[in-house]
Amino acid sequence: MKKNNVWVAGFAASVVIAMVLLLAGSPNVTANDQAAAANVAVNIDNFVFGPQTITVPVGATVTWTNKDDIPHTSVSTEGVFKSKVLDTDEKFSYTFTRAGTYPYYCTIHPKMTGKVVVQ
Amino acid sequence: MPDKKQDFIDQSLQDLNNDGVDRRGFLKCMAWAGTGLVWTLSGGIPMSRAFAKGHGRDAGKGGDFSFVQISDSHIGFNKPANPDVTATLQRAIDKINAMPHRPDFIIHTGDLSQLSKPSEFDTLDQALKGASAKQIYFVPGEHDMLTDNGEQYLQRYGKGTKGTGWYSFDHKGVHFVGLVNVANLKAGGMGSLGHEQLEWLEDDLKARSSSTPIVLFAHIPLWTIYPDWGWGTDDSEQALSYVKRFGSVTVLNGHIHQIMQKVEGKVSFHTAMSTAFPQPAPGTAPSAGPMKVPADQLQRVLGITDVNYLVSGRSLAVVDSPLGGSSSSASENAGPSLAVADAIHS
Repeated sequence: MKKNNVWVAGFAASVVIAMVLLLAGSPNVTANDQAAAANVAVNIDNFVFGPQTITVPVGATVTWTNKDDIPHTSVSTEGVFKSKVLDTDEKFSYTFTRAGTYPYYCTIHPKMTGKVVVQ
Repeated sequence: MPDKKQDFIDQSLQDLNNDGVDRRGFLKCMAWAGTGLVWTLSGGIPMSRAFAKGHGRDAGKGGDFSFVQISDSHIGFNKPANPDVTATLQRAIDKINAMPHRPDFIIHTGDLSQLSKPSEFDTLDQALKGASAKQIYFVPGEHDMLTDNGEQYLQRYGKGTKGTGWYSFDHKGVHFVGLVNVANLKAGGMGSLGHEQLEWLEDDLKARSSSTPIVLFAHIPLWTIYPDWGWGTDDSEQALSYVKRFGSVTVLNGHIHQIMQKVEGKVSFHTAMSTAFPQPAPGTAPSAGPMKVPADQLQRVLGITDVNYLVSGRSLAVVDSPLGGSSSSASENAGPSLAVADAIHS
């Protein structure tokens, strides 16, 4: 089923891709960022999560990428999600299936905090 | 690297090299810093004086000793700020081995590794085996507890310690306490000791007489240097309240990869250089990330800290030495040595 989605994504219009992915609830969103509204990127750069607060629809997959020369983590303050240690250019993705506000932080540099609002 | 970041770094470097001290003034400072400084505590007011080679009149007194602090080796780091951190650690060890007096032991104030990998710890162990001082005391940095709540760190470096790796020991009349302020950090906070460790510390210090010199060491500074970058420890004041009654307290930290000193009452605070890469001065860059300096300047911003204890004055002298250059070469010692001298003058 997943394979099929990706195959469809390669040919369908961008709006359709987003809908298909949303309906399928696939955690492996591979379409490019413009094509899929449900795939949201957060860059970790200069010890800051950017954007610090993001608002996404239910079912969206958020991908954190560490752009720093120092390892970071992205860990839910309430234990909802927890990345492994992300070295330079490493990524972590999580799909939010329920509405709510999800504060998170870097457990290595706890001054670094962010928030995902799922609507 | 974005231009903006590079601009900040260039500016920082300029500040480092051009501290508003002319060459004559600089050489004067050098002469002073090159011979080291002794903290003397008199009537609760700390004073400093230069001490001559061989510790002058105090030389040879029974019980005098020295130890070396090294910090932030970040074995495994391989980014442009220093592609070969094992080589610079080796250079630090060579410097220790070349000291005219052999230090009784070495204290490593954490961030031994970059990613808590077994291979990184192995490399560190291998390098430290070559040090003249065989006894090495460790405290963990946040980089040493990344993957398994510090289990591996404890197995390798924390045998017989309490909690997440804290402990104390006595050496020739001085009481040393290694503290852990990098475990279980809370969102939005800085370093943290935690309730259990604070209780242990209070209890540990209770039995000591007020005339016992105390050395506290931990990775993250136990004084607030720059909260925006998390350069401080949220509950350090509680810890410091337990040492108030002691006549001589020295606090040694790492984490910020640069020398900072402060004296507050009878407590002198000191942070060490890294053996791996420098970090920017507080607020002078967009973040605390590794600072890339020209390759020929790297050895000037990495270094070791030699701490001498003189029984007669119950005082500890803290002397920082960069990896590159000798004390006879003034220009090579510019940044770090000036930082020491400035801190003492003010």
